[in-house]
Amino acid sequence: MSNPTLVMYEDEFQEVNDVIERLLKEANAKIIFLVDKNGQLISGVGETDRFDTTSLASLTAGNIAATGGLAKLIGEKEFSILFHEGEKDNLHISIVGGRVILVVLFDSRSSLGLVRLRVKKASEELSAIFEKLMKKSEEREKSGSSDFPFAEITDEDIDNLFS
Amino acid sequence: MSFINYASREINCKIVYYGPGLCGKTTNLQYVYQKTAPEAKGKMISLATETERTLFFDFLPLSLGEIRGFKTRFHLYTVPGQVFYDASRKLILKGVDGVVFVADSQEERIDANIESLENLRINLKEQGYDLDKLPYIIQYNKRDLPDVMTIEDLRRELNTTNVPEFEACATTGEGVFETLKAVAKLILIDLKRGK
Repeated sequence: MSNPTLVMYEDEFQEVNDVIERLLKEANAKIIFLVDKNGQLISGVGETDRFDTTSLASLTAGNIAATGGLAKLIGEKEFSILFHEGEKDNLHISIVGGRVILVVLFDSRSSLGLVRLRVKKASEELSAIFEKLMKKSEEREKSGSSDFPFAEITDEDIDNLFS
Repeated sequence: MSFINYASREINCKIVYYGPGLCGKTTNLQYVYQKTAPEAKGKMISLATETERTLFFDFLPLSLGEIRGFKTRFHLYTVPGQVFYDASRKLILKGVDGVVFVADSQEERIDANIESLENLRINLKEQGYDLDKLPYIIQYNKRDLPDVMTIEDLRRELNTTNVPEFEACATTGEGVFETLKAVAKLILIDLKRGK
């Protein structure tokens, strides 16, 4: 299969959250979230309760996929940064490590320049964490020590979901 | 490609409804949305034209409950069925965990069904997937209409690999949840095998 399953462990989840929490403060942003390219929300910080983050995640991934399609048509690999300017709020969307999408929502208390600057630094840290995460999943898979929670489930467990 | 989060104890999977234009993919999702308890569903998003034809995709997040302490979430997507939206269809198939092919049972749509099914195979292959190895269900929709083909004829034309199949009428909801449950179950069984 073209993509292996993305697995997030608690240690890395904490590291990722530390980075985006810091980015939230340093970039003066309202919310920040990370989405995988298939539209699954990985994590979000800030005023996440005020927004429908699941929908935001799905549409962001659709947006990245669509602009990625455009990029290929004109001979580019991808557009790694997208910026959407609104009357009050703005979205800065960037691809991290070729695999995950970092979304920063900010208003006039911040600026595009500041967000770009801080995102660049945070992206490097996030790339490193995701790189480590990939290696960790691969190693666990190879060694067969997968603690995959679904290995033990029974047909009954599955049927119960639909009862 | 499912996403497993040990920190929040969640498993997310992606189901794509595929099929020719006007076969009832969006109607399937709308029925699921209407009949699902508010706490189990998110907002349904439809990126459609002014005439309510799907332009990019419909999206419906569902959470089914817990298995062994893990929340299971399914993200349902439809593709735009019209032939000329092929570039968009390819994008939506990225990271798919299971496919529902919604066939239009009307006689006059059999060619459109066959073309769409071939298109599904080709587009999956481009993304590195093989339809025969994915959780995959066929739904024969619009069984309530007068000029429909028999199930035997539809099966011979569309279900040559003998995958699970369901008769449906998405407007009244008949067969809609049966289809969804079947594909979700196949995905979970795949996950269990550690694919």
